[in-house]
Amino acid sequence: MLSPENLKKLEELKKQFPTSKALTLPVLWLAQNQYGWISPETMKEVAEMLQVPLGHVYGVVTFYTMFNPKPVGKYHLQICTNVSCGLLGAEKICDHICHRLNIEPGGTTPDRRFTVTEVECLGSCGTAPVMQVNDDYVGGLTIEKADRLMTDLK
Amino acid sequence: MSGTPEKLILPDIPGLQRIEVYEEHGGYGALKKALGMKPDEIIDQVKKSNLRGRGGACFPTGLKWSFMPKQTPKVKYLCANGDESEPGTFKDRLIFELNPHLFIEGSLIAAYAMGISKIYVYVRGEYAKWIDILQAAADDAERKGYIGQNILGTAFGCDFVVFKGAGAYICGEESALMTSIEGDRGYPRIKPPFPAQFGLWGCPTTINNIETLANVPNIITRGWEWFSTIGAPKQPGTLLFGVSGHVRKPGVYELPTGVPMTELIYDHAGGIPGDKKIKAVIPGGSSTMWLRGSEIDGIKMDAESLKSAGTAIGTGGVIVMDEDTDVLKVLTRIARFYHHESCGQCTPCREGCGWMEKILQRFLHGEGTMEDVGLLEDVANNIEGNTICALGDAAAWPVQSFIRKFRDEFEKRAVMSPPAPKPVPPPHLVTITL
Repeated sequence: MLSPENLKKLEELKKQFPTSKALTLPVLWLAQNQYGWISPETMKEVAEMLQVPLGHVYGVVTFYTMFNPKPVGKYHLQICTNVSCGLLGAEKICDHICHRLNIEPGGTTPDRRFTVTEVECLGSCGTAPVMQVNDDYVGGLTIEKADRLMTDLK
Repeated sequence: MSGTPEKLILPDIPGLQRIEVYEEHGGYGALKKALGMKPDEIIDQVKKSNLRGRGGACFPTGLKWSFMPKQTPKVKYLCANGDESEPGTFKDRLIFELNPHLFIEGSLIAAYAMGISKIYVYVRGEYAKWIDILQAAADDAERKGYIGQNILGTAFGCDFVVFKGAGAYICGEESALMTSIEGDRGYPRIKPPFPAQFGLWGCPTTINNIETLANVPNIITRGWEWFSTIGAPKQPGTLLFGVSGHVRKPGVYELPTGVPMTELIYDHAGGIPGDKKIKAVIPGGSSTMWLRGSEIDGIKMDAESLKSAGTAIGTGGVIVMDEDTDVLKVLTRIARFYHHESCGQCTPCREGCGWMEKILQRFLHGEGTMEDVGLLEDVANNIEGNTICALGDAAAWPVQSFIRKFRDEFEKRAVMSPPAPKPVPPPHLVTITL
């Protein structure tokens, strides 16, 4: 269930849009911020709350890459391997991180500390190579910097 | 031009993101002035200024605004497009960070000119931190009476809603952006009807890029005559050029349109590390046509000049590759991107983007033949122009231009005959139990 605080936010959101369906993305964001991911139960909850078909919610969750239809680790490392980051060695950094954590891109460590995802351009090509650690951008990545970061993230 | 060119969007004023500092430097003065003008007068000024959209298509902004119906019983909307997902593009994020009020002020002037009382700002979800910055700025503007009812004591009222996207390149396409705000998967719509007739919830809607709107306050304050003389006459003003890849000082450089590409790369972005030669340049984001390093001399960075050079200004995101770059690998990565981001509605794009990636992968694995180059070109040609939105074109253009300019890269890698076909693995199905 959405927390009382989030339900209050939902009431505020309702004033901003003329239809209930338009709240799909904003409410999924509230839910994901609360639970960390979007479970099938959450999808049902959102569908009922907005009175939209469950299939619609499922369709939206699976269309947008930032909604997590499975749980992610405490630190979600999203590494850009698109053109500008790729030119400056992003692939090697991504391989290194995966190797160190012993997971494939898209995987989560057994202790649920890290999830690694290879992502498309994050819009920070001027500080390439870039990754996101949850919502934070970390630019100028090197293998050494990635190593330090992973040691620091407890 | 003498001295350093003036920066209009990101001037070097410390603390400009704070509303008090912004006001001290004349901020929201343009809004005050605009509210004393007739809406048509504003549209006319913007038309005469020759301001063209900064999102890639370079459509004349004033003309776009004039498409909005004057008399309509329906609500009208303005969508500000901050989806910014074109690889190589990272400019609007800086506007949110360094000068959010300029954009807010510009969007309010646009809303007033078109008789709009609701603005949705669509910002890509990855920009969570910048969404917070923008929201805080909007809250400040509301407290000061620039947003809300009876703005500055006039009858004009306007809401300002920041909408967080959730990860989809396609949502930067204007009709997909609207379907996304409506709560759906971001599927583009067939045009016509155009958004000015049938946009958000079927109501008249205008969609403008963030940087486009950020240009409006200066045009109102200083006049269209002044603006129209900056930079290239057919696309005046400054552009936020994002330079990335193999340069010493990657970053965003605000310069007048028409700046020579070599000046941007060498003087501003510091040239190529190790003083290497340039092998290739993508001039305006990943969807624009490639240029060989040997042909960039004399090319100017504006819509007309780049068009004559067979490419496009796009979003002004310049990606530089040095002589040691495996450009075929870069193209393959671009093809993979479009394959991943195709929304799947149109067969040529959904299937074609995957085919292009597969053919290119064959070359990377030493299995491509010169016949494959013909096939690749054929697939690209069959995507271009045959889809609902421009994503198909965006996927085809880099491939087509690469084949024209870098045929030698295929020749170097091509094999005489393709290897024997491998057994096809069974499809990987993902099921989620509901």
